Amino acid sequence: MWTVRGTVELNSQASEVGSGGAAAVALPARSRLRTRLRRLDSKVSPYAYIFPFFAVFGVFGVFPLGYTAWVSLTDRTLLNPVSHWVALDNYTELLHDSYFWNAVENTIAIGLISMVPQLALALVIAHVLNTKLHARTLFRMGILLPQVTSLVAVGLIFAQLFSADYGLVNYVLNQFGISNVDWEAGRLSSWVALSVMVMWRWTGYNALIYLAAMQAIPDDLYEAAAVDGARRWRQFFHITIPMLRPTIIFTVIVSTIGSLQLFTEPYLFQPNNRGLATGGSGRQYQTVTMYLYENAFGSSQFRFGYAAAIAWCLVLLIAVISIFNFLVIRRIRSAE
Amino acid sequence: MAVDTYRAPNRLALPRRWGRRPASRRSGRAGPGTYAFLLVVIAGSIFPLYWSFVVASHDNSAIGAYPPVLTPGGHFWSNLHRLFSTDVVSVDFWAALINSAIVAGAVTAGVVFFSALAGFAFAKLKFRGQKWLLLAVIATMIIPVQLGVIPLYIEMIHFGWLFDLKAVIFPYVVSAFGVFLMRQYIVGAVSNELIDAARVDGCHTLRVFWHVILPAVRPVAAVLGLLTFMETWNNFFWPLIVLGQRNPTVQVAISAVAGTNYIPDYPLILTATFISILPLLFVFLVLGRQIIGGIMQGAVKG
Repeated sequence: MWTVRGTVELNSQASEVGSGGAAAVALPARSRLRTRLRRLDSKVSPYAYIFPFFAVFGVFGVFPLGYTAWVSLTDRTLLNPVSHWVALDNYTELLHDSYFWNAVENTIAIGLISMVPQLALALVIAHVLNTKLHARTLFRMGILLPQVTSLVAVGLIFAQLFSADYGLVNYVLNQFGISNVDWEAGRLSSWVALSVMVMWRWTGYNALIYLAAMQAIPDDLYEAAAVDGARRWRQFFHITIPMLRPTIIFTVIVSTIGSLQLFTEPYLFQPNNRGLATGGSGRQYQTVTMYLYENAFGSSQFRFGYAAAIAWCLVLLIAVISIFNFLVIRRIRSAE
Repeated sequence: MAVDTYRAPNRLALPRRWGRRPASRRSGRAGPGTYAFLLVVIAGSIFPLYWSFVVASHDNSAIGAYPPVLTPGGHFWSNLHRLFSTDVVSVDFWAALINSAIVAGAVTAGVVFFSALAGFAFAKLKFRGQKWLLLAVIATMIIPVQLGVIPLYIEMIHFGWLFDLKAVIFPYVVSAFGVFLMRQYIVGAVSNELIDAARVDGCHTLRVFWHVILPAVRPVAAVLGLLTFMETWNNFFWPLIVLGQRNPTVQVAISAVAGTNYIPDYPLILTATFISILPLLFVFLVLGRQIIGGIMQGAVKG
């Protein structure tokens, strides 16, 4: 309905403006002004239309990121805005800070444990979804459902499921003769629990992305393979996966960037954390972003300079690991 | 003819195209094993959400039961009552819900409007530096902006926006993803002839935007709006820092509820959680098809 209405409106306007244009022929002075205005319109207005994006992004995105670099070279705190230049002191301290390296280790470990099975499972789900299915939309909605759930909800629901004494996970394990695991207390066990949370929320989303890419693979490739007698799973490994490589690179990089910034789920793993963000009593699952938060806002010190240095190291880490991922996956491709 | 060009975007509406795509020859008919596998996966997707309601509908004594109770109980309303009474919970949960609605609504409106505007300029107008500026937009998607939180916090102190909803609205009213999505859609969905015709008739560009572009982008605007609303509703890190418990959004309020007792009061916590998921769950059930179309469309284009 809106289409028709829109057209009518446009037409009525066009006729109005059209009659104005006819009048302009009789008045050359007005016509010149009009042409000049039009030229101004086509020259200036594109910039006006993209200006809001760049203005907001500049003020709240680029400037803070650059300013982070400056703050990281000072001893600034929240309570002491008059800061001193300390050059690279924050960075030197950070390099010798065992808590920081512990956080880096935790973050990378949780990232790996969650990402590898998650993407593999997503590929399989996408492959299965890429068939003639009844109630196909229903299945797709079902696998995407976790994506609607907020990180806070994921963190708290799973904190309950993984709780040591009354958690359902332990109950199920008991049925197989495994005694209660204190998921939150152990290092490896907390990594696994947190990885399950990440996997639960993101597997379906990645499966949909793979599915979209699979549907874009030309049919004749499969037909040729079928003529050669290749079965479905052979087709999966020899056609689907190689054709999906750009998409796999994309999802690996996006998941890497996401998992390196992991915060909410571990922050809420112990729900009554009093805003401390230490990641367990022994910092067994403190991530880099949590350590940043702890230094800037979570303790009484409000060490903004030091936290800014952590932020820049995290940016660096993200860049290095993304490039590494990219190179490795490209290497695998050219090796084949 | 004009009517025809107008219909084009409608006919190409994202979700439809994905939903009705004929299954190709390569994909065999699904057997019972396939359905069984998918049902297990979906049970895994749904179970934690179902479980949050199960816990939310029991009192604390039932949580320690062995074997655990797997069906809903009768305490949901009393938990709800506790959640909204300020002598049990330290935050005003109603206020938090309203805050979240305001923030998510404002951010969504901003993102959709500014993305359409910039997407229009990039797709259909010609100007110097266009290519580089578009590249700059795409590049900004890679930068993890939330790492600038410390200077952003300092900025907010200067603006006087600490504990103010403005602090969680304005930094988010534009989105590089949105601009890119809109640009891609407008390139394909709005014909150049239509725009030229409007301009020959004397429409200035803002008028073209208002009467040609905005009606045409409605399908993709719906998808972008939904995704933005969900993302904003679920945002936690920045609201936790800048609003805290003084003027919380719903996610921050839940974390405050979670921290109330030394021993976590899970029925209360998961009642809050369940309430916070409900609006999105409702939207998802009604418009899930569109959301799926948007994600898959974005994947191929990106």
